[in-house]
This record gives sequence, structure tokens and C-alpha cells, in this order.
Amino acid sequence: MAVRDQPQGDIGAPANGAVEARNLTRRYGEGETAVDALRGIDLDVRSGELVAVMGPSGSGKSTLMHILAGLDKPTSGTVEIAGTEITGLDDTKLTRLRREHIGFVFQFFNLLPMLDAEENVVLPLAIAGEKPDKSWVDSLLGQMGLADRRKHRPSELSGGQQQRVAIARSLVTRPTILFADEPTGNLDSKTGGEILELLRASVDAYGQTTVMVTHEARAAAIADRILFLEDGLIVKELRDASQQDVLAVMNSLTA
Amino acid sequence: MISVALRGMARRKLRTALTAIAIVLGVALITGTYVLTDSIKGAFGGIFTQVYRGTDATVTGKSAFDLSGQNNTTAPPFAQSLLPKIRGLPDVADAVGGVGGNAHLILQGKVVHFGGAPNLGFSVDPKRPELNALTLVSGKWPGANQLVIDQATGRKKDLHIGQLIGVQANGPTLRMTISGFVHFGGAASLGGATLSGFDLPTAQRLFQRIGKLDQIRAKAKAGVTPAKLAAEIRGILPPHTQVRTGQAQAKSDAKDTESFLNFLQDFLLAFGGIALFVGSFVIANSLSITIAQRTRELATLRTLGATRRQVRRSIVWEGLAIGAIASVAGIGVGLGLGVGLFKLFDAVGFTLPNNGLVLHTRTVIVALIVGILVTVLASLRPAFRATRVPPIAAAREGSELPPGRFAKYRPIGSALLTAIGFALLIYGLFAHGLGTKGVLLSMGVGTLLIFLGVALLAARFARPLAWVLGAPATRFGGAAGSLARDNARRNPQRTASTASALMIGLALVTLVSVMAAGITKSFRGAVDDLWVSGYAITAQNNFDPIPIAAGNAAARTPGVQAIANVRGGDAEIFHGVHQATAVGPGGAQIFNMKWLDGGSSAVFRLLGPHGAFVDDNFAKKHNLTLGSRLTLTAPTGKSVDLHVLGIFKPPTGGSPFGPVTISDTAWDRIYDTPQNLYSFVRMKGGESDAAKAALVRQLKAFPNAKVQTKKEFVDNQISGLNSILNVLFVLLALSVIVSLFGIVNTLVLTVFERTRELGMLRAIGMTRRQVRRMIRTESVITALMGGVIGIALGLVLGGLLAARIDFIVFALPWVQVIIFAVAAVVVGLLAAIFPARRAGKLNVLEALQYE
Ligand SMILES: Nc1ncnc2c1ncn2[C@@H]1O[C@H](COP(=O)(O)OP(=O)(O)OP(=O)(O)O)[C@@H](O)[C@H]1O
Ligand SMILES: [Mg+2]
Repeated sequence: MAVRDQPQGDIGAPANGAVEARNLTRRYGEGETAVDALRGIDLDVRSGELVAVMGPSGSGKSTLMHILAGLDKPTSGTVEIAGTEITGLDDTKLTRLRREHIGFVFQFFNLLPMLDAEENVVLPLAIAGEKPDKSWVDSLLGQMGLADRRKHRPSELSGGQQQRVAIARSLVTRPTILFADEPTGNLDSKTGGEILELLRASVDAYGQTTVMVTHEARAAAIADRILFLEDGLIVKELRDASQQDVLAVMNSLTA
Repeated sequence: MISVALRGMARRKLRTALTAIAIVLGVALITGTYVLTDSIKGAFGGIFTQVYRGTDATVTGKSAFDLSGQNNTTAPPFAQSLLPKIRGLPDVADAVGGVGGNAHLILQGKVVHFGGAPNLGFSVDPKRPELNALTLVSGKWPGANQLVIDQATGRKKDLHIGQLIGVQANGPTLRMTISGFVHFGGAASLGGATLSGFDLPTAQRLFQRIGKLDQIRAKAKAGVTPAKLAAEIRGILPPHTQVRTGQAQAKSDAKDTESFLNFLQDFLLAFGGIALFVGSFVIANSLSITIAQRTRELATLRTLGATRRQVRRSIVWEGLAIGAIASVAGIGVGLGLGVGLFKLFDAVGFTLPNNGLVLHTRTVIVALIVGILVTVLASLRPAFRATRVPPIAAAREGSELPPGRFAKYRPIGSALLTAIGFALLIYGLFAHGLGTKGVLLSMGVGTLLIFLGVALLAARFARPLAWVLGAPATRFGGAAGSLARDNARRNPQRTASTASALMIGLALVTLVSVMAAGITKSFRGAVDDLWVSGYAITAQNNFDPIPIAAGNAAARTPGVQAIANVRGGDAEIFHGVHQATAVGPGGAQIFNMKWLDGGSSAVFRLLGPHGAFVDDNFAKKHNLTLGSRLTLTAPTGKSVDLHVLGIFKPPTGGSPFGPVTISDTAWDRIYDTPQNLYSFVRMKGGESDAAKAALVRQLKAFPNAKVQTKKEFVDNQISGLNSILNVLFVLLALSVIVSLFGIVNTLVLTVFERTRELGMLRAIGMTRRQVRRMIRTESVITALMGGVIGIALGLVLGGLLAARIDFIVFALPWVQVIIFAVAAVVVGLLAAIFPARRAGKLNVLEALQYE
């Protein structure tokens, strides 16, 4: 495994990372109107770590996450997931990588309306042609508080319940890393709080490496590490920060 | 609001185009039909006026009764002695007598023919070219033992002046030299027909009309009107002849062709109508889906103050615009299709005359009106659905349309519609005294209602049906297969109406196959029942009559045990025109008839000059029993008094005998130049190669006579049916293509609708291949649903028709049913190609962010 032993700068983590990104840039468009969404980002995510990405609107959070997850390609720079360099992979290889190593939780839950909760949860396994491990699925559904909702369709579930199905779905393959883009963005604050607890719990219980993009200080506060983006650069990093710390940094950035 | 509708269409170009294709194809078929039939009519109309261009009055034989026009019976000839009398009339400048009929050209022992087109011969007068039907284009008019041939045939067969060629009409083959080439009237080609011209004495020998004429053409002196000339001729006409002006004769000659062409036109228009009907399903469905997808947009319009009426009108306007564009495009495609139809008929051996394409204003108007009307009608339901979008939907994510006021009556309504449809169909089939128009109308409307009703009902069965049809996909297609099945079941109404479009086409092809299988089976059964074994002799084209001399020659073959020659023609019996037949005593050893009332095969031997046997239907209708008396009149006006010697029950598939059959000797006494329709021969030792070879050798002088074993005879008689079947399949294929576009359309719209979902699936690990497979499988499930319902419906409809029609039994066309099911799968696969590729190519990120 070609693990880099030289973490660059003061932003970074020990070398046994789930994700390693080096010098990522992403430019949209060309010439005069070109937008540099990322302008040189180095990032390592350690196994079992919960990282939150924060920053003002348009700072490049989503762009970064899409590139880390192999959904988008950087203009320059490299990304390694579980030791595989992914920026050069073709579509099929990338798809397989996502299958094996990556889980997603979206802002809009993106459940299939014609499948019930349990079927939605095991969908990634079905797509990969794998048999679900029943006790694992049971434990996930239990953990998410969906034990008595497994036969319900998404239309029969509340928003919070739907997002819990989505989280279970992202965990079912035991991905190397889970990406969540504003997972509470579409939920009220109470339900959002429950979802955050579940994400934290999955990190604690299963050691699930997680990268979460969020706007909310409260959400960021559950993270082990918070990265602040501004104009496509990581400008600050906090560890085990409180909600107040986060708010303070946010205010300093937007000010 | 109108501009909103139009701008919306412009934005959704692909969807609009896909929706329009359905109408384009239907309109194209209608336009193509008119262009085809108008062009042929134009060609024929020109031909007949040209043929009589120099003729002011004609004299022809007059049949004793109106001929049915269904067979080869023609008006009787008259004595040639009339010609000098007419020439002697004071106002006649000149007159020419002629004979004509079927004449086969024979090259290297084989009859020259192109498909089923006729082989015609006429006499010509070399000294009076202006009164001839044929126009000389090269060489000379024929003298004794010479002939002229139409240029098209000459070119196709590479004939040249001075070449020897055989000709056979009503007698034995005569050998002649080609003296020149001709056109018929002004036409270079009369479809695939072969035309030949002879001098009068030669023609009279060929057609066995020595001392007789079929027609006299007279030219008036200057200043004499055709009507006056006709009146003058009328004064000296013998019985059984009539006089007409040249114009009237041209019209009367064109009448048969014209009525055939009108039939062809109606027939083809019906298929255009079917394609449009299918197209209306596609349009209604596409608009419904687009409206569902535009719920938000429509709701926003409502919040901005648009009334329900305005929303409704914007949808109807959209339909109107699509209909107009599609109809114009359809007219363009239709012109191309006209050419294609000429080629199609040509390919199945039915060449049509073509003097250039004719596009009437009427064609354009009808095509526009029908195309636009169908589209607007199809947009009504979606338009009313759109009005149900509440303004609040603007604020909600993915809100569903509320069910309409009548939603709960829908199942009952559609069941009722289906029931009424079946009732009408059965009424049309089984009620008495409706007349052809009434029968066709109630059958047509009934079938239409059945299709509508079943299409609506299908929405209720779509879920379970998709579950069953998709079962193999879930077994073999993995997650993509199961998701495809779930998707097909997700919006049953949409899946059902998409499938219904295909259902219509497949129901009709199945219906046609059931009928064809039924006819084949019953015909085969009839031949098996009636005819023990042996050989049949018919014309090369299987239906023209053959000279009696051929039958007589066959009878002299060594080893012949018995021969039965069957003659046929129009006859007047009890004031009705029937197809009567005649047969010799040999029939006793050939046919295995089912005699009623204690009759036996001895009847064949006992017929004599006044005996007849009748079929059970005719006997029942006219209260005939053994010994009953009747009179049969031939077109010549001669008649014979008969008494019934036997009553037989023909098998379901029919028999070679008409309602009344007399002896061949009695027939020959009253019919002019009698000919055989078939000869059946029984050889010692049954069927053997040696026996067949002996017959063929004996018939060498009659190249138009064909010796066939029983099996060959059945196959040949059915071969015409297969040609018709192929034409029907091609025409119905158009409807299937329309429904294929319907599936493409639904899939494309569905892919749009599920973009975000597809993005999610790709994000969590679905490969492009899996996405494509998923779309493809959904397509195949939808198509199979249409196929299964269509085939089932076709079998039911076919069963009903078979139950009604006397000469057809029900037969299940197994092979075709399997082929059609496979075809449905293929339609599904083809329809999925484009949408699946689009879905596979979706960019995951963009798809995830799609709204
Ligand atoms: N497809 C694109 N084409 C052009 N520019 C883009 C595209 N996507 C993003 N950008 C630009 O890149 C920059 C970063 O966008 P990104 O979506 O990553 O921001 P974000 O931090 O996620 O913002 P938000 O908090 O609003 O979601 C923005 O300036 C945006 O306008
Ligand atoms: Mg974002």
C-alpha cells in the first residue's frame, strides 16, 4: 500500500487514512468566467474519524466532497481511497469502488418510493449482487429505531425516519468511508438532532469513518475534527470543538 | 397562456418530437393511401378514355342478367353478321369488330405472368388503328399468325420482333411471330398485366369465337353526335346485345377497376385509422406524463392567478400545435410512403399501374383535419387532469395529482365500455339483416370500444401482470431486474396505457392469424373430407379457368381411373344470381360427399340433361327436396329446366361445388365457350411419381395447366391467402411501430422523471450496464404486457369471428402466437435502446442535483 508518510503542512492526520487528498484543485469553466471552486486542498481522514466540513455558501464544500467520493474529478491533484488512487479510474472501476468503499447520505433522502424500508436499506447489496447478512441488517434497523417500520414505504415514513433509512442504507455495506452532504438540511431541528446522534453513534459503535458537510454549528459540534473552507481553501481546523467555538469561527469567516 | 404552452413545447423539443411521431406515422399512412389510390385511378382513368378515343359508339353482348362480377363469367358474344349491317348504316363512317379475353403468352413451355396480374388479349384491326385499344409503338400490326405484345412485357422478357412465341386462350396453344410492341391506351404499363393483340381471325381461333364478336366499335360520320349514332344502331340490334356511346363504354370498363380501387382505398385508410388510433393512445399518455412532471409549473401558474380554464386551454393548445406540426410532417412522409406502397404491392406480386404520383387537395385537407383532430381529442383527458392541479402543489415536493371526481367509477366504467364493445361486436356479427355497412360499422365501433375498455381496465391488472411477466427478470437480471419490475408496477396507469398501444396492433395481427389459420385448417379439412386422393389440374395462377381440351387430354392419360372436370360461372336461379357449377359422371369416383335424404354418389352419373344437385343451405332457403323443380339461366339467355336429384352438406371449408350443380353436358349446351375451373384425376395405384409424370407429359400442349398432388393443390390454393396475410402484417406493423415509439416516449419521460433517483443508484454502486439493463427490462415488461393482453384479445376476437363465419373453424396459430410474443419482446428491446443509453450516460453529479 502506497501510503504517503509525509503529511503535508499542519493540516492532516496520521498516515493510516481512509482518504488521502493531495493538492486538489477544481476549476469550473474556462477563461474570464472560470471559477476556482478548490484551490489546493490537502486532506487526510483517519479511520474511525468523524470529520465535519464547514464554510460559507460557495466556499467549495460540496465540490470537495464530490471529488473525495469519486463523483467528480479534480482539475489537478490526487485522491486515494483505501489505498487506491481514484482520479484516473474509469466509470466502471469508480462505480465498483463506490460500491465497496463509499456510503452516501443525501440532503434529500433519495429513497426508492416503490421499495419498503428494509428493501431500501439492502439496495446497495442487491446492486452488488451480494446476500445481506440478516443479523447485521437487523442490528442496523434496530440501531436506527426502524425495527417496527421495516415494511413501510417511504411515503408512509416521516422525514426523519426516511433519513434514518438512508443512513442504514449507507452503512449496510460497511463502507470504508461515509459521505453526508447536509444530512439535516431538510429536517426540523429536533429530528435533525436525532439524525446527528445516530451518525455519531455509528462512528462510536462501528468505527464508521465519516465526512459530513454541514451549515449548522450544532451538527459540526459532534465531529472529532472540523475543517473550515473559504474560497476553495482550508483556512482553519478545530478538534472536539463546542457549538460556541464553531459559531465564533464561522462569524470570523463570514465577517 | 398560449405562448406559455408554445414556449414550453419549444423547451421540451425531444419530448414534443417523440409525441408527434405517433401522429406523423398515422397521417403518413392516410396520405400515402390517397396518393397511391389516386395515382392508380388517374392512370386507369387516362387509360380507358384513351382506349375509346376514336370510338363514338360500341356494341357489346348483353348478359341475360346482371353478372356478379365475382368470377370469370363474361357477357356472351354475338354473331359477326351484325358488323356489315352496322357498317351499312347511313351515319356510320367506319366500324370494327373485336374479340378478347384472357390470353397467356408461353415462352419455353412456361406461361409468362407477373404475380397475380391478368394476362389479356384483344383483336386489333391493322387497317383501322384509330379504333384499336392498343397503340403501336414499334414494329407492325399483326397479320395472320402474328401478334403484338405490350412493351413492358417485351422489355422484361427480352422479346424481339420476329421471335416465335406460344399463345393460349380458350383452346390449344398457337405458335405465332411477334410483329410489334404496343401500349394499352396511353399507358406504358398496366401493372404486371401482359397484353397481346392479334388480327381478328387469329383472335377468333384463340378465343374460340369463330363467326362471333365480343364488341363492335363504330365511328360516326362528321356532324353526327355519339348519342344519335347509338340511337341509330339501337334500331337494328338483335337480342342479347346493347349499344353505348364510346364515353359510356369507357366509364363502364373503368367501373370494375374503380370499385376495386375504392375498396383498396377504404381498406388502406382503415389501417391508417388504426395507426392513428394507436397514436392517440401514445399522445394521451405522453401528455399525461408531461403534465404529471409539470405539476409544480402548473401549480405556480395557478398561484399566479391562472384559472382552470386557462390551464386546460394551454394543454389543448399544446395538442393543437403538436397535431398541426405532426400532420404537416405526416403529409411529407406520406408521399414517400405512397412510393413505398407501390413497391410493397409489387414485392408481393401485385404490381399496380403508376403514371406518376397524384396529390389532391382533398388528401392534404383530410390528413390535416384527421391528424389535428385526433391529437386534440387525445389531449382532452390530460387537459382536464391538469386542471386538478391545486395551487398548493407549487409549494410541495413531488406532490401527486388528486384523484378526479369520477375516479371511483373508473373500473366499472371501463368494464362497462368493454362489455358494450363486445355486445356491439356480437350484434354486428350475429344479428340478421344489418347490411354490409351496418355489420362493418357495429363491428368496427364495437372493436374500438373493446380496445378502449381493455386499455382502461389494463391499469387495474398492470401490477399483478407486471409481477408475473417480470418474474424471470428478477431471477436472472439481479437488482436491475427486480428494480425494473418494481418500476413497471410503480405507475400502473402509465404502464398500462403504454402497453395498450402495442396491445391494439398485436390483437389485430393475432386476429388476422387466427382467421388465416382457421381458413387454412377448414380448407385442408374440406379437401381431406371431399377428395379421396389423386391429382388436381388448375391454371398456373390457381384461379383462371383452363380449356376443356386440357381436361380431355388429361383423361386420355394411361392409368386414369376417373376424372371430374368442374366448370363454374354465374347463373340466374329463382331470380338470384348464383355461382353455379357443372361436373361429369366421373365425380362419383372422385368425391366423397355427404349426401342428405338418402342420396348417394350415383347422383353424379344420373345428372344427365335435366338433373341437378344442390347444397343444404340452398335447399333449405328455397324449400327444395328430392324431385323439386328449378330453372337455371346462363348469361347467354339460354336456360335449362332441372329437378333435384341430390342434396349434399358441404364441409366447413367449402366444396368445389356451388349451390346448384348440373352435368357438364347440360352446361355446355347453354354456356358460351365453357371452360374448366379444376379437373380432379384419379390414377391407378394412387399418387406416384410415374403417374404425375404421365399426366404432365399428356398436358404438354397446355402450359397453363398445372398438375398438383393433393398437398400441392391445398398449398397453392392457400398461397393467395398468404400474400394477403403478408400485406396485412406489413400494414399492421405500422401500428406496432407507432406503439414502439409510444414506449420510447414513456421511457424517455420516465428517465427524465427519475433522474435524481438514477443519480442515487449510480452513486451507491449501480454500473451503467445495470442502469441500461434496468431500463431495458422495464421496457420489455411493458411490451410483453401489451403483447400478452393483445394476443389474448386477438384470440378471443378471432374465436368470435370463427364462430360466426360458416366456412372457418377456430384454429390456434401456435407458431404465430409464439412469434408475436417474441416480437413484443423485440419491440421492447428496440424501444429501450435510446432511453437506456440516455439513462446510462447520465452524469451522476448532475443527476443528483436534478430538480
Ligand atoms: N457545475 C458548476 N459550474 C460552475 N460553477 C460551479 C459549479 N458547481 C459549483 N460551482 C461554483 O463553485 C463554487 C463552489 O461551489 P459548491 O457547491 O462547492 O459550494 P458549497 O460550499 O457547497 O456551497 P453551499 O453551502 O451553498 O452548498 C461556487 O462558487 C459555485 O458557484
Ligand atoms: Mg453545497
